[in-house]
Amino acid sequence: MANEKDVLVQIRNLYVTYGTRLGSVSAVDDVSFDIYRGEILGLVGESGCGKSTLGKALMRMIKSPGEITGGQVIFNGEDIMEYSDKQMRDFRGRRTSMIFQDPMTSLNPVQRVDEHMIEAIEVHEPKTKKANITDRITSLIERLGIQKRRLTDYPHQLSGGMRQRVMVGLGLVLNAHLIIADEATTSLDVIVEANLVDQLREIRDEFGVTILMITHNIALVAEIADRIAVMYAGRFAEIGPINDVFEDPMHPYTQGLLRSVPSIRLDDQEELYKMPGEPPNLTQPPSGCRFHPRCPQAIPICARIQPELLETKQGRLVNCWLFQDQPEEAAHPIMVTA
Amino acid sequence: MSSSLRNFLITRALLTIPMVLILITMVFFIMRILPGDPIRSELGPKATEEQVEIIAERLGLNKPLYQQYYEFLWQMITLDFGNALTMGERPIKDELAEKLPATIELTIPAMLFTAFFGIFAGAYAAKKRKKAQDYGIRLFSIAIYSIPIFVMGLIFQIIFSVRLNILPIAGRLDPLLLVTFESPTNFYIIDSILTQNWAALRSTIAHLILPALTLGLALTGVFIRLTRVNMIEAQESDFITAGRARGIPENKLHYRHALRNTFIPILTLIGLQFAILLAGAVLTETTFSWPGMGRYLVTRIQLRDYNAVQATIGVFALFVAVISVVMDVLYAFIDPRIRY
Ligand SMILES: Nc1ncnc2c1ncn2[C@@H]1O[C@H](COP(=O)(O)OP(=O)(O)OP(=O)(O)O)[C@@H](O)[C@H]1O
Ligand SMILES: [Mg+2]
Repeated sequence: MANEKDVLVQIRNLYVTYGTRLGSVSAVDDVSFDIYRGEILGLVGESGCGKSTLGKALMRMIKSPGEITGGQVIFNGEDIMEYSDKQMRDFRGRRTSMIFQDPMTSLNPVQRVDEHMIEAIEVHEPKTKKANITDRITSLIERLGIQKRRLTDYPHQLSGGMRQRVMVGLGLVLNAHLIIADEATTSLDVIVEANLVDQLREIRDEFGVTILMITHNIALVAEIADRIAVMYAGRFAEIGPINDVFEDPMHPYTQGLLRSVPSIRLDDQEELYKMPGEPPNLTQPPSGCRFHPRCPQAIPICARIQPELLETKQGRLVNCWLFQDQPEEAAHPIMVTA
Repeated sequence: MSSSLRNFLITRALLTIPMVLILITMVFFIMRILPGDPIRSELGPKATEEQVEIIAERLGLNKPLYQQYYEFLWQMITLDFGNALTMGERPIKDELAEKLPATIELTIPAMLFTAFFGIFAGAYAAKKRKKAQDYGIRLFSIAIYSIPIFVMGLIFQIIFSVRLNILPIAGRLDPLLLVTFESPTNFYIIDSILTQNWAALRSTIAHLILPALTLGLALTGVFIRLTRVNMIEAQESDFITAGRARGIPENKLHYRHALRNTFIPILTLIGLQFAILLAGAVLTETTFSWPGMGRYLVTRIQLRDYNAVQATIGVFALFVAVISVVMDVLYAFIDPRIRY
């Protein structure tokens, strides 16, 4: 749906590492991609592949011992890595907001729903009149299907689904352009989850916000996203329009991932695919392509040189040697002889 | 909520009764097990058996123990504590009416000081975690925790009263003012304001500073540590991260969101510390010749004045019980999840 030229965020060569006792964990490694204005981009990958880290890095919310060690996040043409703390504070909430996995804990237990919202507005738009604030909050919350009287409730008085909608409301109240939803629906039951997902899509249509949807749930992505990004061990394996990727996954990891998604169709006799091997330890990631030890289609160069995320077809980018030319010296390895 | 709050308060008050009863019963028997008795301690070692018996007869100390206990309980229930056994044998009610206000006037400012200062220092240390300020505050909290109250009081007296000579060394009020001072409630601050006696007010406050500071500091260490630990935990909460993702400034996140959540365990501590505060008051009052319940208790224990000791400890226990009920009510206001 997004016009390809209309890019909201450009991520360029982003690196995030965590310093640990066992060495530094390379959680996001040379990641570059674009997020289009108004799209819903699904970000999937195995646990620990760096999805949350990437999401947080887009808001410069990486906490010690983590650190953004390189790269750019260009939002509306400005590199937020250059921002001062004050600019960053203004950016957070107003340009990008975040919804977290656990709605039980992401609201302050001793603050009412409206106090959360009023505070956000007062911090970012101190000149707004009280009456305007109330109107804005009321219409927003009703738009999200929460009754007005719930505004004076405390978080513990709301159901999980309602709380998550409040979080969505907090994301929208300042008209943020990008909402990062990190496993935002994971803790909800299926029906509530479906409702919230529908709502997110409606919100995108109505408010024109862009949504980065981080999840384990590929079925969910299939339902809601315009594009899907597949992450493996801190790198992007593949990114492309959702239907194209589902119909014709290019990266061997995407192929495996899609085949391992359970289907509820009863006639489906096909046995679930189980990917061989384990995700790598990111303190000592494999050389070359990080997926090569588990890859059924690996070729010699995969172990030595890292491929690049390159456009192969219209709108489809793949990070795999099977789809790109091998450099001269790699195709014919130089024999070192005595 | 209000009717269930009333039920809760009634339940709490009723639960207080057995607690106080057990305590004063223990005191009743311990006093009588201790060597020495009130008559001999007043008359001195030269008293004859006859003299002792005459007085024992008058004070009712020759009655069987169960009868003494029964009479004592009745006195406690009717809140008429009877007469002291020594030093003029005045009604204990009258004596406590003088001493209790003095103790309250000392302990409330001490508690306010320790709570505010301790919470602020702990919250600040948490904000500057692992920086010099944090280490400094933690060292300070350990240091004041480990200095005995009378040593701390003595140090303050030497510095501020003897060396600098800016604060009075002991007592509640300048003796010259005391002669004409009218004190219907025995709360000197209240009385001096009511009678617009500003000289007395100034003197009362000056006398209060060192003892309240000593007593307050003695308890501050615990507050600092508890606040710091809870603040560090609160800083890691999801709602703080979520607030940060909304661009809420760090100071607001720390001193409003995190601290308000930390108040809940702190409130519990205030309730618990009140009992310790009263124990500290005994030492502080002795060090600063503060004419309160603590010093009264020490004197009367030495005299083995059974009645006075029993009544004083009973009142102490009631005091602590009332405070802890007040704390429970405050909970409901701070933590919306708690509803009685
Ligand atoms: N605070 C931290 N300290 C050290 N390592 C960390 C820390 N946070 C994350 N990591 C490491 O960074 C990598 C990426 O973690 P991240 O949480 O981003 O993964 P994820 O894809 O969001 O996983 P999940 O699906 O389980 O949420 C993991 O290998 C993890 O071990
Ligand atoms: Mg995650």
